[in-house]
Amino acid sequence: MLRLIARRLALGVLVALTVMTLAFLLTRLSGDLAVSIAGPQATQADVEIVRKAYGLDRPLYVQFFAWTGRAMVGDFGQSYFFKDSVANLIQKRLPVTLTLGLVGLSLALIVSLPLGILAALRENSWIDRGVTLFTMVGQAVPSFWLALILMIVLGLQLGILPISGTGTWQHFVMPGIVLAFTAIPALTRLTRSGMIEAMASDYIRTARAKGLSRARIIFKHALRNAAIPVVSIAAVQLGFMLGGSIVIETVFALHGVGYLGWESIAKNDFPVVQAVVLVLAVFYIGLTLLADILNALLDPRLRTG
Amino acid sequence: MSEPIAIQAPQPSGIATSRIGTTGFAIGIAIVALVLAAALVGNWLVPADPFTQDLGNRLKPPFWMEGSQAGHLLGTDQLGRDYLARLVYGARISLLIGIMTVITSGVIGTTLGVLGGFFGGRVDDVVLFAITTRLSIPVVLVALAVVGLMGSGLGLVVATLGLLLWDRFAVVARATTMQVRNHDYVSAAWCAGASMPHILIKEILPNIASHLAVVATLEMALAILLEAALSFLGLGVPPPLPSWGLMIAEGKDYMFFSPWVIMIPGVALAVLVLGINLVGDGLRNLLGAERLR
Repeated sequence: MLRLIARRLALGVLVALTVMTLAFLLTRLSGDLAVSIAGPQATQADVEIVRKAYGLDRPLYVQFFAWTGRAMVGDFGQSYFFKDSVANLIQKRLPVTLTLGLVGLSLALIVSLPLGILAALRENSWIDRGVTLFTMVGQAVPSFWLALILMIVLGLQLGILPISGTGTWQHFVMPGIVLAFTAIPALTRLTRSGMIEAMASDYIRTARAKGLSRARIIFKHALRNAAIPVVSIAAVQLGFMLGGSIVIETVFALHGVGYLGWESIAKNDFPVVQAVVLVLAVFYIGLTLLADILNALLDPRLRTG
Repeated sequence: MSEPIAIQAPQPSGIATSRIGTTGFAIGIAIVALVLAAALVGNWLVPADPFTQDLGNRLKPPFWMEGSQAGHLLGTDQLGRDYLARLVYGARISLLIGIMTVITSGVIGTTLGVLGGFFGGRVDDVVLFAITTRLSIPVVLVALAVVGLMGSGLGLVVATLGLLLWDRFAVVARATTMQVRNHDYVSAAWCAGASMPHILIKEILPNIASHLAVVATLEMALAILLEAALSFLGLGVPPPLPSWGLMIAEGKDYMFFSPWVIMIPGVALAVLVLGINLVGDGLRNLLGAERLR
């Protein structure tokens, strides 16, 4: 168990370092950063001043090691546009994104667990087909479009929720619903298939033979086994949701990390772009690690790995 | 030593099976065929030009609403351009991006997956590491950053998405190659003195192709949705090209008064993606790809 965690941790660090390199290279794709930062009206002399001021005149590898060295201790440099340290910016925006992610995941689980269980218990019935159809439609609807539809219906026509901004908890409801929708199809399908598999297994037959009640069989025995993949995928999904929240945050003008990423891309603020890519990746890596550990804790067969 | 594999089901839908049945398959094929037909010949059938502006005729509603115009079946947009013509042209963009992305990512993912699955050992370690790294990269953000830094354009969007969406191809190609490599016909080919490339291309590839076809539909749907999201955020297909995502973005400012400007492209997008997913689902059942799961 400890060895498993240690190996996963080492892998995670290695992946994070690779992503770091990629994030650095990514922001150098545009060719000459000094030109982009200085803006279209800048003269050649201005560009040279910018190049010097931001240290872009140094060789690429020097820039890279300078950046990674400082990034390791949480110093991501200064933002060009926001005139603040990148670490500060991210720290300020992170709670919004995390709240959104957790709201989204909770809503997704509240919807997909019962749906998946129901579909599995009534396999091949019209309920099952309905649930499958629902997941397929849910998968097909673009999240940003769903966001706009909710704005029209809940925000304008019914007037029960604010349309954009970050002020109160109500501001998280619509984005949370939209984000949940990005995870519901996968979680529902997984719950369903896990549950079907569990209900067909030998230990359920034994439990039935012992004369246990149906509720006890479903919730105590089947669900516990069906939950193993769901829990780990839920953690991974949260990682995807944090990464994918950029679209939803931008639509709702929710001032989270994703929105920060979008703003900084639009403003050519590359230190922020680099850092946001890295932070989101690190969250994902951490969550997959957590998923593996949860997996091992829930499934005794994996503990000895 | 049984370890949980480092690769979690990569994106929504995974490889889990579902059964909508053959009706669903038929509906899916019908939808995809319809959109394909619209993309290929639609702009010959629709008399209006998708780029011609007519500022005197802005935001005319579609035919089922009051105040619609005979010449504009689906109304006009905020610049008076015919909405049907733009919608049909947008189908071309969505399908083009979907297909080109799947080809790019399919080649990358399949190559990595087959190599990893076939050779195992160190090669497989590298492939697994590449997949894990790719999965931890936030796709939308990186795609936005690339387009934002390098300038928008159809080719760039395809290249970016192609370089980002190969993970599921690699996961499935790797898993299926591992199953296939020990089959008798592979040993037979070895004994017959076949070369390594011959075995990989002529023996392994045809036998995992059906699984890859299913992945291709999933990735195509994903690529189309991602392109729409990028274009919606203003960093995808550049205007005045009528990408469905861009049409939704342009209609956003008018959606509270004329909701149909976002309804029409949004529904088109959802229906196309649903169609592709139904085809994928049908293929999976047809080809028995569910054995994999």
